[in-house]
Amino acid sequence: MSDAPAILVRDLRKTYDAFEAVRGIDFEVARGEVFGLLGPNGAGKTTTVEILEGYRTRTSGIVSVLGLDPGDRPRALRERTGIVLQSSGMYRHLRVREAVEHWARLYPAPRDVDEVLALAQLEGKEDGLVRTLSGGQARRLDFALALIGDPELIFLDEPTTGFDPQARRQAWDVIRHLAELGKTVLLTTHYLDEAQALADRVAIIKDGRILAEGPPSELGVGSASHYRVAWRDEDGVLQEREATEPTALLHQLTSAALARGEALRDLSVTRPTLEDVYLELTAEPETTHV
Amino acid sequence: MSDAAVLTWHQYRLERKMFWRNPTAAFFNFVLPLLFLGLFGAIFSGSQHDLDVIVPGIAGMSIMATTFSALAMNITFLREQGVLKRVRGTPLPTGSYLAAIGANAVTNAVLQVGIVILAGKLFFGVGWPKDWIELFVFVVAGVACLASLGVAWSHVIPNFDAAAAYQNIVFLPTIFVSGVFYDADTAPSFLRDIAQVLPLIHIIDGLSGALVTGRGLSDNLSALAVIGVWTAFGTLFAVRGFSWESRRA
Repeated sequence: MSDAPAILVRDLRKTYDAFEAVRGIDFEVARGEVFGLLGPNGAGKTTTVEILEGYRTRTSGIVSVLGLDPGDRPRALRERTGIVLQSSGMYRHLRVREAVEHWARLYPAPRDVDEVLALAQLEGKEDGLVRTLSGGQARRLDFALALIGDPELIFLDEPTTGFDPQARRQAWDVIRHLAELGKTVLLTTHYLDEAQALADRVAIIKDGRILAEGPPSELGVGSASHYRVAWRDEDGVLQEREATEPTALLHQLTSAALARGEALRDLSVTRPTLEDVYLELTAEPETTHV
Repeated sequence: MSDAAVLTWHQYRLERKMFWRNPTAAFFNFVLPLLFLGLFGAIFSGSQHDLDVIVPGIAGMSIMATTFSALAMNITFLREQGVLKRVRGTPLPTGSYLAAIGANAVTNAVLQVGIVILAGKLFFGVGWPKDWIELFVFVVAGVACLASLGVAWSHVIPNFDAAAAYQNIVFLPTIFVSGVFYDADTAPSFLRDIAQVLPLIHIIDGLSGALVTGRGLSDNLSALAVIGVWTAFGTLFAVRGFSWESRRA
């Protein structure tokens, strides 16, 4: 049972009238894994996640979340998952602590309210009314409400949109903390650095299909694999060359520089970042340099 | 108590707490009908016949304000704010949630009708209810009918900005034609015909029988039948059309 993936998706399709939002998606998320779904707006990310959360029904395909079918909306599944939606309101006339306490009553084995308030960095705000919270504070309350039930699996849909850089780092710490506790996290994000920093594996989605999948550091290694070597030549002009295997080129450059008795200035060897891969894969066809 | 019943109770207590913290809702649900009762009571103070009309009329209006209007507004607001969607993602069973918000509306209706009856006895010479069973039956039937219609109507309201207009376009004409403020028998026949099709006049007739005239349940069966048809209609659309999410999303 524990070897079974937390999430399993096979040939998932979702059609709205004539529009195919999701066109046959497959992926698996292992237990304890942080999995990132990346893609431009309208790629089908939120549709996919909302099918997994039980908000939408699928047109076809197999979906299993913690061994259950979210299409049946089993209560046992909702007891074991926490959801941070892209945007959702909360009762405006409650105090923060009351809201978290009430949510705790809905779950069979909730976490300690104070502990979750501290984890979500809501200390000092416990007695504030929900309607007085700033955008960032309201987002932290979203986290607290999603975590209070001590879920095994947490869905995070664009969790740090609208955060300032410091608040983002704090949210990342919370997500890392969840990963350390062995929780499974499905993270949807626009931010590539966020996926790179947090996700064990990512899938890039566009037009309802997965274009690439793997650990963020290895995504570039496949078809788009190349190194970019840059240096300043003897005339002081910045040179740049791409190579699938840079050893020979580097040897040549360093030997020539040594022979001239000069330093090899501004040398850099870089591999494509997740951002390069993402931009290449999600570029519109006419601008793709293939 | 079963687990679902415990959760219903927790949710109900939360709804009560939030109701009293929301001054606008508390005003529209409690103060406005009582204000109307005070004003019309003063205007008609010389005529017991008119007072006998206004007390059950305001009681009926209170039921409509606390169930139909309050639910149509609240559900629209919670849906557009995304609160309903959030609740839907928790283990709270749908039935528990709907039972809790329904019970919250019923509590307000019962409190309000109680206050109107008390005021009728103390200030307007109406006396204690003549038929408690009939009163109970018509309050229950009225609440069920107007609550289901309120939930159903929330599906028609496109967004929260429009909610007050959509709610009032039903509420205000209905209370005027249904004889809340005057004896409906004195209205022109085409208005009477319209009113007879709607449920509120029948709820008020039943309340009038229970509170004032002593006209028994057996004489008000046709009124109950009309209310029953509207309840069935309201329940069908309340359940079938229920949307947990804003349509803009």
